[in-house]
Amino acid sequence: MNLSYTILIPLIPLVVFLLLGIFNKKIKPGISGYIGVLGLTASAILSFLAGYQYFFVNGKVDGIYQTFVQKTVWMKFTETLQIDMGVLVDPISIMMIIVVSIVSLMVHIYSRGYMKGDDGYTKFFAFLSLFSFSMFGLVLSTNLFQIYIFWELVGVSSYLLIGYYYTKPSAVAAAKKAFIVTRFADLGFLIGILIIGYYTGTYDFESLNNPEGNAIVNWASTSFMGLSVLTWALILIFMGGAGKSAMFPLHIWLPDAMEGPTPVSALIHAATMVVAGVYLVARLFPMYYFVEDGFALNIVAFVGAFSSLFAAIIAITQTDIKRVLAFSTMSQIGYMMLALGVSGYDGHEGVGYMASMFHLFTHAMFKALLFLCAGSVIHAVHSNYLKDMGGLRKYMPITNITFLIAALAIAGIPPFAGFWSKDEILVAAFEHNKLIYYVGVFVAGLTAFYMFRIYFGIFWGKETKYEQTPHESPISMTFPLIVLAFLSIVGGFIPFSEFITPDRAGFEAHLNYPLAAIAVTVGLIGIMLAWIFYKNENDLSDKFAKAFGSFYKWTYDKFYFDEIYLFVTKKILFKRVSAPIAKFDKKYVDGTMVGIGNTTVATSEKIKGIQSGRVQDYAFAFIAGVVVIALVFIYLWTN
Amino acid sequence: MEKYIFYILALIMIVFAIASVTSRKMLRSVIFLLFVLCGIAGVYFLIDYNFLAAIQLTVYAGGIIVLIIFSVLLVHHIEMELEIAKTSKKIITVLACLIGLGVFLTTIYAHDFIVVENYITTTTADIGRKLLSYEDGGFILPFEVISVLLLAAMIGAIVIAKGGKLTNKNNKTI
Amino acid sequence: MIAGISIYEILSVTSILFFIGVYGFITRKNLISILISIELILNASVVNFVVINKYLYPDMLQGVLFSIFIIAVAAAETALAVSIIINLYRQINSVEVKDIETMKY
Repeated sequence: MNLSYTILIPLIPLVVFLLLGIFNKKIKPGISGYIGVLGLTASAILSFLAGYQYFFVNGKVDGIYQTFVQKTVWMKFTETLQIDMGVLVDPISIMMIIVVSIVSLMVHIYSRGYMKGDDGYTKFFAFLSLFSFSMFGLVLSTNLFQIYIFWELVGVSSYLLIGYYYTKPSAVAAAKKAFIVTRFADLGFLIGILIIGYYTGTYDFESLNNPEGNAIVNWASTSFMGLSVLTWALILIFMGGAGKSAMFPLHIWLPDAMEGPTPVSALIHAATMVVAGVYLVARLFPMYYFVEDGFALNIVAFVGAFSSLFAAIIAITQTDIKRVLAFSTMSQIGYMMLALGVSGYDGHEGVGYMASMFHLFTHAMFKALLFLCAGSVIHAVHSNYLKDMGGLRKYMPITNITFLIAALAIAGIPPFAGFWSKDEILVAAFEHNKLIYYVGVFVAGLTAFYMFRIYFGIFWGKETKYEQTPHESPISMTFPLIVLAFLSIVGGFIPFSEFITPDRAGFEAHLNYPLAAIAVTVGLIGIMLAWIFYKNENDLSDKFAKAFGSFYKWTYDKFYFDEIYLFVTKKILFKRVSAPIAKFDKKYVDGTMVGIGNTTVATSEKIKGIQSGRVQDYAFAFIAGVVVIALVFIYLWTN
Repeated sequence: MEKYIFYILALIMIVFAIASVTSRKMLRSVIFLLFVLCGIAGVYFLIDYNFLAAIQLTVYAGGIIVLIIFSVLLVHHIEMELEIAKTSKKIITVLACLIGLGVFLTTIYAHDFIVVENYITTTTADIGRKLLSYEDGGFILPFEVISVLLLAAMIGAIVIAKGGKLTNKNNKTI
Repeated sequence: MIAGISIYEILSVTSILFFIGVYGFITRKNLISILISIELILNASVVNFVVINKYLYPDMLQGVLFSIFIIAVAAAETALAVSIIINLYRQINSVEVKDIETMKY
């Protein structure tokens, strides 16, 4: 049952990062690409091995999959409250390391072709390995603080990779924005961690998640403003997760993060980092479910549902294909959060949890594929915008087919992967909350619509005049596309419910035919509408845009959230709060220090006259001192 | 009878001491000092310490006063009017001295001195014997050290007072 | 000892002389005047030694001998002081205290 070799899975990319980082200039670009790919291949092989061993060799003991933990104490506060470092192997962490290693490996192979000729080639691979190390560490964390540490590391890697083109001011601004928004969300995360640590006395996941353990049984012990403190803590932790997963209202960084190179968008902002928030809620799921009868879970569900609707509406109007994909990601993550929110715990009730993880898995595959295809198209056309593309199916057949597969997957058309996972989500929603179910169905339709809008816009539609004839990408870029397309097709057939459930026991899932039919129909309607509007050149879309008028404009400008945030920070925070405080600091605090210095100098100027150089003055001081001392002694002696 | 002589001597000493430190002419200051020293020699005579009185007159009144007069002549200050200090400085110093004097006198008068009535005259032979004795309470070591000190002082005085100009002249002739 | 004079009176006289010397030392502006004041101080202390010896310990001679040493030292010191004053006069052509304030801040 010894799975301690899983510690190597994060460590190999770390070694690659250090190697490529330290010997940056001395390694030739081709070599560094190979080293990166090699490292990730090793991690991928180990992940598959671990998965095979965990699910099939060790299997279920007493009907549930046993959690394997190997940890050492890093920092000890009290007997139970300590920060450990180690690995925790359980069904969702195995699934996550498999997902992360597949996508990361594909992105590494793709980057060898995409970033060819770039100046900072070695640096790019070094950062990719750093990110892989951080992400592996995050999913294998054994306790809350360890996950927080790796959380921040992932944020740093994201900052480094978004700002990779550091000479572009927009990229630098985007990197800063991503880091600051997620850091702000992490403030809530940290406060949540501290509250949990204080009131339950432990940070360890095993103790926290134990349904008979102290944390869950005594959740009602302390209350604050009507809710248990643990509920507040879980809401704050969700705030951290919402920031990282770009949930409303902390979503503003994700569209701007598309300034980074496309492989980065595929790896970080589609498949792995942004699902860290979902993973966090899933990891703490027993706490979320049992504390205050799932109050925090309701909040998770509603935020997820609202975010998916919000993002889908904005995605319809965007013209930059990467932005469309970014909002699409936000929408799909909304689905995952929604599914977690409506989930139960025991046996068949846990279908929401299972669906969320399933959708995470399939989404990683097809979203990464979509981004890599978009990268391939951008690489060929040298532009991100829809208006510069059209009729590319003649020039880029492989990209065309793989993009189509991914689009069908995300639209939820059987037998592709997205259908199975999205269906499970809708089943879970239907059984618990009808409103959320209707929102989910509507968003499914919107998803199909905007996805095929860009598909038709890129590969069909009018022939744009290209200065250079676009050509298909090299094999290093098309090979990952093919692999991911294959996974998008077969991934749906994995019997997820056997492996991943909240109580780790597994159950048999059956297809709910009526709900599946509704979902597929809605998807097909979306595709049909997109066909009508966009397949051939026409101005139907423009007429509709004018008909919606100002609502269209609001949607195009992403509902002005960026402007609102900018207004609050610049006009209110910087001008009214920070500037006076800075002035106070400079004038009074600094002034006091300088004043003390000046006073000392002035005093010393006055005092230095004592050192007059005249012997007589010294003699006078001498005599006077002797007299005074004599007086003092006499006083002491006679008393 | 001795009592009155002592009072007169004391009066002379104090008056001339004050005159010495407040006089504006250099030479007068030195001469007043001479009178003070002679007064002190008189006090020694009263206490029957003849040897010490003789030394006082020889060394102090004869040697040191002559030395000071020579130095006054060498720095051309006989006719000059000496400056006096600022009044504020004088007042402060007077105050400090009076306080010190008060402390001294209080200490002195508060203490019970166990006076032994005697009329012994200390002879030169006694002093000489004590000065050169090797036993306990003998002063042979300080005696030798003092002679070394006087040698050093003489050499030092010659070296310092010779100054730079003389050596330059020597160098030029060579 | 002197008949009819107590030790207290002699000691008070020497104290007065001592402080007159101190006053002169601090107040005077001429180096030679300072030398004169130092002589006053030293003499007052010598008288102190001798008087206490005579009045309180007449059979011992430490006071007298010590006073001989003090006189010897005072003489040596005065000689050196005079030579320094003459050297200084050669350098800066003045024996005022205010002209030798170089060792100040």
